[in-house]
Amino acid sequence: MRHLPVIAAAIFTVGAHAETPRDFLARFEKEAGTAASAERGARFFTTKQGGEWSCASCHTDKPTQAGRHAKTDKAITPLAPAANAERFTDAAKVDKWFRRNCNDTLNRVCSAQEKADVMAWLLSLK
Amino acid sequence: MKPIIAAPLLALLAAFALPAHADRYNVPKNAAFEEECASCHLAYPPQMLHADSWRAMMGDLSHHFGSDASIDEKRRTAIADFLVANSGGRKTGNTRDAKGKPLLRITETARFEKKHREISAATWKRASIKSPANCTACHKQAAAGYYNEHSITIPK
Ligand code: HEC
Ligand code: HEC
Ligand code: HEC
Repeated sequence: MRHLPVIAAAIFTVGAHAETPRDFLARFEKEAGTAASAERGARFFTTKQGGEWSCASCHTDKPTQAGRHAKTDKAITPLAPAANAERFTDAAKVDKWFRRNCNDTLNRVCSAQEKADVMAWLLSLK
Repeated sequence: MKPIIAAPLLALLAAFALPAHADRYNVPKNAAFEEECASCHLAYPPQMLHADSWRAMMGDLSHHFGSDASIDEKRRTAIADFLVANSGGRKTGNTRDAKGKPLLRITETARFEKKHREISAATWKRASIKSPANCTACHKQAAAGYYNEHSITIPK
């Protein structure tokens, strides 16, 4: 029985392409060790954290809508899962963009808590 | 049997239906390039820079024109190989600066400057254009590789 979580984790890693947005919320909450807050996520997403951009600069402050890249002007499909079924279904993609976009907006990676908060807020949007 | 014949036939017909010079900057099909290099901007045609420019760019994706565009090592080398294999030839002209260093921007090459001589500095800065790198603002079909004069409209 003690090995069950290890096996489960291994299966999850292999099956990375079949994840759902809720799986990411659960994963980040587990890594953070505390519950997420959608309200904190909204504030984090829509305010600048010292850099030139906030997440909303490209994804808008209503991420059920399409956004535009702040520098290149390229259209970006909505980030909120309610408006875009393709979002948060592939762990490699999610991790890659959190890494890049957090570096670009905060000059550092996001903490598990910050990612959990963002997920909770995005999942609350209808 | 029917669909097996029909699909290549349709593809062939579609290829012939395009205007004669349209394939000039056709971006060769490559799944990794499309996924990784057309997410923040359009897929710039590999033919527009020489191999040494692409090698230099692919050597530092963490600091990519002020953005973090880093990818895993396997994809990085695969895309670098693709870009080098399809990089520009003689028509591309010089893509080095005065000191001989490879240029990273298509928009800084002599060929680009020559083709866009008539566009003023004020036009480049319009809110509807933002940057010379935003090819699609004026070349409506740039994402499909068409840059000829028939598909250009300069936004106000
Ligand atoms: C400079 C523009 C820009 C900023 C700022 C930005 N993003 Fe993004 N983001 C993008 C682009 C471009 C993509 C990928 C294109 C696409 O998937 O449509 C993307 C994709 C993502 C994805 C991938 C989701 C998926 O599964 O498809 C996540 C997660 C994400 N962004 C979160 C954030 C967060 C959180 C912030 C703030 C810390 C942020 N972004 C700030 C441009 C930006
Ligand atoms: C995370 C976002 C992002 C990703 C991913 C990305 N780029 Fe860029 N790229 C940019 C930004 C931002 C610019 C600067 C645009 C400007 O100046 O308006 C740029 C500019 C460029 C330019 C120069 C355009 C000019 O001025 O002539 C080239 C060429 C280029 N990118 C190629 C690539 C290639 C090849 C890849 C894939 C390995 C890639 N980009 C992936 C964000 C990105
Ligand atoms: C402000 C609008 C604008 C932007 C942005 C722009 N162009 Fe152009 N481009 C033009 C105009 C105008 C011409 C000239 C047409 C002519 O004189 O025949 C041109 C000509 C060209 C030509 C020559 C076409 C031919 O038939 O010979 C190429 C190639 C080209 N542009 C590529 C690019 C690329 C690549 C980018 C982005 C990196 C870009 N352009 C950005 C307006 C623009």
